[in-house]
Amino acid sequence: MSADILSFEEAMENFDPVLGFEVHVELNTKTKMFDAAPNAFGDQPNTNTTPVSLGLPGVLPVVNKKAVESAVRLGLALNCSIAPVSHFARKNYFYPDTPKNFQTSQYDEPIAFDGEITVELEDGTPFTIEIERAHMEEDAGKLTHKGGATGRIQGAEFSLVDYNRAGVPLIEIVTKPIVGAGDRAPELARVYVAAIREIVKNLGISDARMERGNVRCDANVSLMPKGSTTFGTRSETKNVNSLRAVERAVRYEIQRHAAVLTAGDAIVQETRHWHEDTRSTTSGRPKSDADDYRYFPEPDLVPVVPDPEWVEQLRAELPEPPSERRKKLKAEWGYSDQEFRDVVNAGVLDEIEATIAAGATAGAARKWWMGEIARLANVRGTEIAELGVTPEHVVEIESLIGAKTINDKIAKQVIGHIADGEGSPAQVVEARSLAVVSDDGVLLTAIDDAMAQMPDVVAKVQAGKVQAVGALIGPVMKATKGQADAGRVRELILEKLGIN
Amino acid sequence: MSEITRDTVAHLATLAHIEMSEEQLQAMAGELQQIVGAVAQVSEVAGDDVPATSHPLPLRNVMREDVVGEPLTAEEALSGAPDAEDGQFKVPAILEED
Repeated sequence: MSADILSFEEAMENFDPVLGFEVHVELNTKTKMFDAAPNAFGDQPNTNTTPVSLGLPGVLPVVNKKAVESAVRLGLALNCSIAPVSHFARKNYFYPDTPKNFQTSQYDEPIAFDGEITVELEDGTPFTIEIERAHMEEDAGKLTHKGGATGRIQGAEFSLVDYNRAGVPLIEIVTKPIVGAGDRAPELARVYVAAIREIVKNLGISDARMERGNVRCDANVSLMPKGSTTFGTRSETKNVNSLRAVERAVRYEIQRHAAVLTAGDAIVQETRHWHEDTRSTTSGRPKSDADDYRYFPEPDLVPVVPDPEWVEQLRAELPEPPSERRKKLKAEWGYSDQEFRDVVNAGVLDEIEATIAAGATAGAARKWWMGEIARLANVRGTEIAELGVTPEHVVEIESLIGAKTINDKIAKQVIGHIADGEGSPAQVVEARSLAVVSDDGVLLTAIDDAMAQMPDVVAKVQAGKVQAVGALIGPVMKATKGQADAGRVRELILEKLGIN
Repeated sequence: MSEITRDTVAHLATLAHIEMSEEQLQAMAGELQQIVGAVAQVSEVAGDDVPATSHPLPLRNVMREDVVGEPLTAEEALSGAPDAEDGQFKVPAILEED
């Protein structure tokens, strides 16, 4: 059942939204959280398991030190306190995505707690979000529902389970309730998840690829009537897996809650599912006994007691926070506020930095990444970073242009061929004979043809209307498939007509 | 210490997916009450200076390096499965999406 929704503007006139996020970050450790099975994406099903990740009887989990280190570093980056003593707990539930019938997680003693981060809304307005906790746990396996018409669980006859992902280290970051975002709540949701993604990427602890589920967001939304400070009943929209979807899902839930409350009905506390195709949520299941997870201390794992000196060492070695880094880069590159925001929002900061480091000017780097490369990624429906064009390619293109081997127009074609996997810019230019025609003999032949076809234009130019020469350059460029240097063609024509 | 009633046990049995008869529920309520009572006595004796203990070993920070070991093959992984298909565990459809 899809509830009616109110317009966002109307919802905002009467209600204040309260948000909360649970973001799961999959770590990029080599092995799983509690056993030495590989943590790898895309392998054949059930080839990355051990008796521990299958939950076979009698096995003993052992904590991955690197995962603890990643959790501590993330906690520090989120300005959290690091727990002097931290325990694991069993979260019990019956579902075949966990082979053990419980998920090993943390309950009342998470590794990190009481933090905050300040994110920037699109226009640069800062907004501080308080972090309740960040705790370590393990991912579940992957279920494929079979026999149903749509591959969805409804109507499925059976499910297939791949436990490669079961036991992969996760850190769940939980915010405190976020109030005061007002009509910018949907934007804030997106910016927050983007900030978390950026932080974990910057720390190097996760591949942070949302399309692979490395960063997953559950978004809690509730509304308070304007002027009230009592939180309303919340809904929790699960696994919203792109930044755009996070923004849309929060916006939709605000509109849905507003409609329900305005009609005088009560919000049901429940899980909701986001559907990108219809851009709406549907009811999952209500909170019930099934949420009584009977947490209890994990008897097979001993406490994690981070050595304070080690924690301080990790703190000292943290990379520069993304926000600081952005400030520095903006000053170095000399971009305007708007230019820089566009670059950040397009997610090409790393690419531009690497391009400049490899020898391009800040202007040229921005021109290509925000221009042709961004356009191509958009057309092909992929992330810019996934297109296959590297900073080195851009530098090489610039130097080919500088040497007048190609022009900007050809460079755009070259970028397309690079994205098709045809090799480096020089290789593409060579293989496809895209170099600018620099042989004056070839150009002069084309010029002669053009002049023979347009004697009237020749006469005009000779009579002193030099700007008419453009009409002659066009056919020459066409004859050379755009691979001539228009400036050189102009020079040659004028030379031929005895005009300087 | 909260009282263990027949309904408490019934609730736990539901959560644990264990089928219990009325007699078993009654009997278990009594037995659990005794155990909980015994633990409560310990709590009374232990002062504030005694931390809660979740296991008896004086160990902490038992960790391993992040080094890949030998995983099972898919055949080995599936060898104990009641049913399998396409290299995956086959389970009945469960109508509880989450």
